[in-house]
Amino acid sequence: MTEEILKVEHLNKFYGDWQALHDISFNLKKGEVLAILGPSGSGKSTLLRTLNGLENYKNGEIVFHGKKVQPSPKEWQAIRQKIGMVFQSYDLFPNLTVMQNILLAPTKVQKRDRAEVEQEAHHLLKRVNMDQYADTYPRELSGGQQQRVAIVRTLAMKPEVILLDEITASLDPEMVRGIEDIVKKLSENDHMTMILVTHQMNFAKRVADQVLFLEKGRIIEKTPCEQFFTEPQSERAQQFLTDMDF
Amino acid sequence: MAHSGINVLFSGSNFDRLLVGLWTSIWIAALSIIIGLLIGTIFGVLRTMPNKIIRCILRVYMEIFRILPSVVLLYLVYYILPRSLHINWPGTWMAVLAFSLWVAAEFSDIVRGALQSVPLAQKESGLALGLSKMQLFLYVLLPQAFKLELPATINLATRVIKTTSILMLISVMDVINVGQQIIEANNQKFPTGVFWVYGLIFFFYFILDYPLSVWAKSLMAKQK
Repeated sequence: MTEEILKVEHLNKFYGDWQALHDISFNLKKGEVLAILGPSGSGKSTLLRTLNGLENYKNGEIVFHGKKVQPSPKEWQAIRQKIGMVFQSYDLFPNLTVMQNILLAPTKVQKRDRAEVEQEAHHLLKRVNMDQYADTYPRELSGGQQQRVAIVRTLAMKPEVILLDEITASLDPEMVRGIEDIVKKLSENDHMTMILVTHQMNFAKRVADQVLFLEKGRIIEKTPCEQFFTEPQSERAQQFLTDMDF
Repeated sequence: MAHSGINVLFSGSNFDRLLVGLWTSIWIAALSIIIGLLIGTIFGVLRTMPNKIIRCILRVYMEIFRILPSVVLLYLVYYILPRSLHINWPGTWMAVLAFSLWVAAEFSDIVRGALQSVPLAQKESGLALGLSKMQLFLYVLLPQAFKLELPATINLATRVIKTTSILMLISVMDVINVGQQIIEANNQKFPTGVFWVYGLIFFFYFILDYPLSVWAKSLMAKQK
């Protein structure tokens, strides 16, 4: 049996009086790719953001490597080095070059040797065909190129889990495929554990092992990916896939 | 020709004395700007923090020092510190203190505004990489804010340089004070000397401030 890396138990989140997440429980095994799908406003991104402490939650538990996360800023700061995140709008630091963006956290947060990280960064940049841009500033790059760098920036931290928050949603259609390929390879070659939120069903179908279907902040079903797209268990998921023309 | 007013500038050591006075104005302005920017940065960062009490205190500080005319501030420091606190510094130090407090107040608001206009996504992207709050400010937020605040900072610097002209009120031998002495000493010999001395002082201030002002304008044009 593969090792369980992340477990969420009875998580509830509120914005004021409004409950955004209802009694969320699921777990994630090492090497697994989980897609969180659902209509807009179903709480997908909110759920993803609670998993690295960017959103707080009222009650429930997040268990990482069998240890309950104490939701304090300090503990989250430590865990974020192991749970990386890539955002929809890339959010590279515009004041730093591509290489500086990648080196910042490994050298300052993890205090790793600069030369060693730099060598690794070149290697990672080569993998996503971006090595020639190491000394470029983000504003000179296209969206797709920036997103590649953002993925490398996260990988340079050597995370155990990567959260992907709509990472292809702001990209031109011809760029989407390239980013999907990178994620696919991360899963196949590196057995990277990932949770992705997306509106692109093709992307989820290509890379995910499991699908978590969310609506109005509730888990409607958790189904193996293939089954979800061929015979979803819930009527609501069926309807959703029809609406998405899938 | 010997008695043409312009010669007042070159008789005796007058010109050198004016330059020494100018240097006094410059270093007081420069030191005040440097100290003020450092303190102002810290205050500006603190004013973006959630702690309401700190925010409130710093807000009041900022408003008071911004509203007080510089002359009043200068007098307050110059007369209150020695009498109430028995601090007897030379006038130049008092000037640096007063100006630093003023620059810090003005700059704290510039920093706060700039920090608040850095997109929230930048902060989250930094946090998601495991950066601590301190590292986030140091490597991500402040460098980006610095770019946004540069034009306003340069404008503040030009105002500080101009305001050094009131230093003679607390007997600092700045360029105005020296000029005044030269005019008075040479009143008989060079009756039109006042025009030339103040003309030169005007020129000095212009040389100091105009390039800064052009720089700020070009930066603002670029940001648009």
